[in-house]
Amino acid sequence: MADWFRHAWRVARKDLLVEFRSRTAILSAAVFVVLVLVVFNFGRDPTAVAAVDLAPSILWVTFTFAAILALNRAFQLELENQALDGLLLAPISRGSIYLGKLIANLIFVATIEAIGVPLFALFFNVRVLPVAAPLAGVIALATVGFVTVGTLFSAMTVRTRFAELLLPVLLLPFMIPPLIWAVLATARLLANRPLSEIEGWLKMLAAYDILFVVLAFLLFPATVNE
Amino acid sequence: MRMLRVGRWITGIGLVLLAAVYVRALAFTPVERFQGPAQKIFYVHVPAAWCAMLAMGLVGVAGILYLLLKDPRFDRFGEASAEVGTAFSMVMLTTGPIWAKPIWGTWWTWDARLTLTLFLFLLFIGYLVLRGAVTEPGLRARYSAVLGICGLGLLPFIHLSVYLFRTLHPQPIVLKPSAPSLPGPMLVTLLMSFGVFTLLYVGFVVQRYAFSYLREQLEAAGGDVGHA
Repeated sequence: MADWFRHAWRVARKDLLVEFRSRTAILSAAVFVVLVLVVFNFGRDPTAVAAVDLAPSILWVTFTFAAILALNRAFQLELENQALDGLLLAPISRGSIYLGKLIANLIFVATIEAIGVPLFALFFNVRVLPVAAPLAGVIALATVGFVTVGTLFSAMTVRTRFAELLLPVLLLPFMIPPLIWAVLATARLLANRPLSEIEGWLKMLAAYDILFVVLAFLLFPATVNE
Repeated sequence: MRMLRVGRWITGIGLVLLAAVYVRALAFTPVERFQGPAQKIFYVHVPAAWCAMLAMGLVGVAGILYLLLKDPRFDRFGEASAEVGTAFSMVMLTTGPIWAKPIWGTWWTWDARLTLTLFLFLLFIGYLVLRGAVTEPGLRARYSAVLGICGLGLLPFIHLSVYLFRTLHPQPIVLKPSAPSLPGPMLVTLLMSFGVFTLLYVGFVVQRYAFSYLREQLEAAGGDVGHA
């Protein structure tokens, strides 16, 4: 068990190191988040709709797009010089490769979200500080849910034609349930409703996360084995 | 080929029975008190939704069996079931708005049940697009199995959505924990309709399966096959 996590961390560390040295993906993703938030700002009529009513959807649409960008690149990295074959030849289990990719993707998406939330609070004048802890919880639960499925799917789509287009087509139906719950929970939080109101959605998010982490972990070998 | 003939027979019997069920639904089943004749579409919409869900579930089960046994028959079945499921979910998504316009006053509403069934349809499309994007048969079978199993995992969330959110969509009246709450004659018609739709599903899938099989045989023999 300890070996699994050590190997997984190695894989994740490798991905993050590659990213940290070039910083192209994270920078473009961050700029992308800023641009989407700006576009939304001009896409609404501030006199008709209060910022706080629109804010949860804006936040989650932004995160959805950013996450898809990040996920597309997760296995793209391994295509150059057949790096994936090297990874598969390494004496580590397929499960730890998946966990490593998942961890790297989660850290990547979390970084984008950490940049996105303060900007979102700034641009839309939403008070996030008083609800920072529960909001972080909602974001974490939903992010784990769709990054889990997304990592699995990106391992498949990367070897198909139209990989960049196919991933969102496959992934969006799976992203919708956690997104709906996350948007509803975020709306309640930003409206300063008590935590007990979002408990049900948090439980659904947790159930979704557990189911898909287990499923993806078991199914990943089928996507890479020859 | 025998299988193709069997499939044609099942579909033929299914279509005859379908006509019989419509006669029964239109002429011999009482008209619903509040919704009037609009409610009759219920005998098409609900069984079609049932078949779409069944199709997705079986695509998932076929995926699990394929990954365990590596038998190409399960992959062929998954493909057949997904295509037939796409057709049934289109029936569901077309009949729904036709009913909703007179009853709700709107064709479509972004209610949880509607949204998620729309995504069930998109899931089928995604499955078929994925199959089209992978050319190598072994890889295609494994990828589709993985996607099918994930789809199966998504089904309970779709079915639960009606219980979890306040929704405009009518609550399930047959597949629910307590006894069915539908008057006798309507329930009989609905159950008959369920039976006929399931029979049609079987007929279509058997035919589609036979086509894939013949196509593979032809390709193996070096024949040129057009795009299906």
